[in-house]
Amino acid sequence: MSSNNNTENDPLIPRNRANHPVVYDPEYKTSVTRSPKLPLLSMESTLSEETGPVFGHNLIGELDNNLISNFSQGAALAIGERIRVHGRILDERNRGVANTLVEVWQANAGGRYRHDRDKYFAPLDPNFGGCGRTMTDEHGYYEFMTIRPGAYPWPNRSNDWRPMHIHFSVFGSGFGQRLITQMYFEGDPLIKLCPITGTVKNQQQLDRLIAPLDMKGSRPMDYLAYKFDIVLRGRRQTQFENKPQGS
Amino acid sequence: MTQELEWLEETPSQTAGPFVHIGCIPTFAGIAGVYPEDLGKSPINDGAAGECITITGSVFDGTGWALRDAMLESWQPDAKGYFAGQVDADPKVSGFCRFAADAGTGEYSLKTIKPGAATMRTGVHAPHISLWIVARGINIGLSTRVYFEDEYNDADPLLARIEQRHRVDTLIAKKVKTGEYRFDIHLQGDNETVFLDL
Repeated sequence: MSSNNNTENDPLIPRNRANHPVVYDPEYKTSVTRSPKLPLLSMESTLSEETGPVFGHNLIGELDNNLISNFSQGAALAIGERIRVHGRILDERNRGVANTLVEVWQANAGGRYRHDRDKYFAPLDPNFGGCGRTMTDEHGYYEFMTIRPGAYPWPNRSNDWRPMHIHFSVFGSGFGQRLITQMYFEGDPLIKLCPITGTVKNQQQLDRLIAPLDMKGSRPMDYLAYKFDIVLRGRRQTQFENKPQGS
Repeated sequence: MTQELEWLEETPSQTAGPFVHIGCIPTFAGIAGVYPEDLGKSPINDGAAGECITITGSVFDGTGWALRDAMLESWQPDAKGYFAGQVDADPKVSGFCRFAADAGTGEYSLKTIKPGAATMRTGVHAPHISLWIVARGINIGLSTRVYFEDEYNDADPLLARIEQRHRVDTLIAKKVKTGEYRFDIHLQGDNETVFLDL
């Protein structure tokens, strides 16, 4: 690991919690016993949040960002609607976040995860693992090839279904920028019925989790494309920063 | 009318869900062969300077049940208080680790070296490890810190901000024996852990 970001160690812009889901939401039952009740302790970021792990492009294998073929290591293709998911990782200053790790995971085309605890009876796809990763380029761009995940039922209220979604995990350059979120698909009627998407009470913010169909980014006779940008916390930067009075 | 500010807003978080292991630690989830090994298997390499320690604990929900599906990440400096990437940092300390609650018992374990006190803008912070906790039902990852009961914590600028002094204890790992500490996290209840917004 090495430092590759000249903005490293500048203070993080305080997080606006109103941009995020509520932590306690009775419609999402598991949140009831897992949401802290007491106020968070707020103070200016410190080195512990301003620094973070830095990963090199050498971490990434050739098939890591291709979920259609990475589980079989190229021997066979996963079943499902072929899609390309692409976009940029940005910060609040509207700058691309370069060389940062993006990880994704998702259900297969039938809505089933390759996980011991997923008891849904839709079948596993022998050629689909469901994980992928890549690094952004110097402008913050990333892309994945995958199949469109299926919607699936989940135990919450008596008939709740998750809309089609892909989980995203993003690092940034400081541990305090760490973010996990989910990408939804334009036009999915389940989005507005789901209590997990419903934890984001600000409609404009929820809209930002819905990736539009991107025909210009697609390839004829091969795959459709969806575009999904993610904005991480930014850093304050002024010449008045970090200097004791009078110096 | 005024000029427009040009800031973007942060993308909203969503829960990591019960299957976070697939994406972050696939080998742990039983998905072998996609990556050579899981990311963040250890925060240290052989030869890292400092005292080897193991921190063990559980993440408890409001009913006292240990979460079986939580995933945690840790970030820390080396034994002298330098973070990876800083000049003089120990090259054997990456400082980053990923680990999960055991599916059967709900217990997690972190093997690392004890960090040193670190000098920051806000002063010298007592030795601590930052934790980030995600799971089903947690809509935005929770941040906290592990301090150590056998270190000098009285001048730490973050701990000093906690008004209810008995809550400081929720951030202090208890020494079980030499090199072994216990750090339980309580999401709710009488012993709710102090979670951070930094």
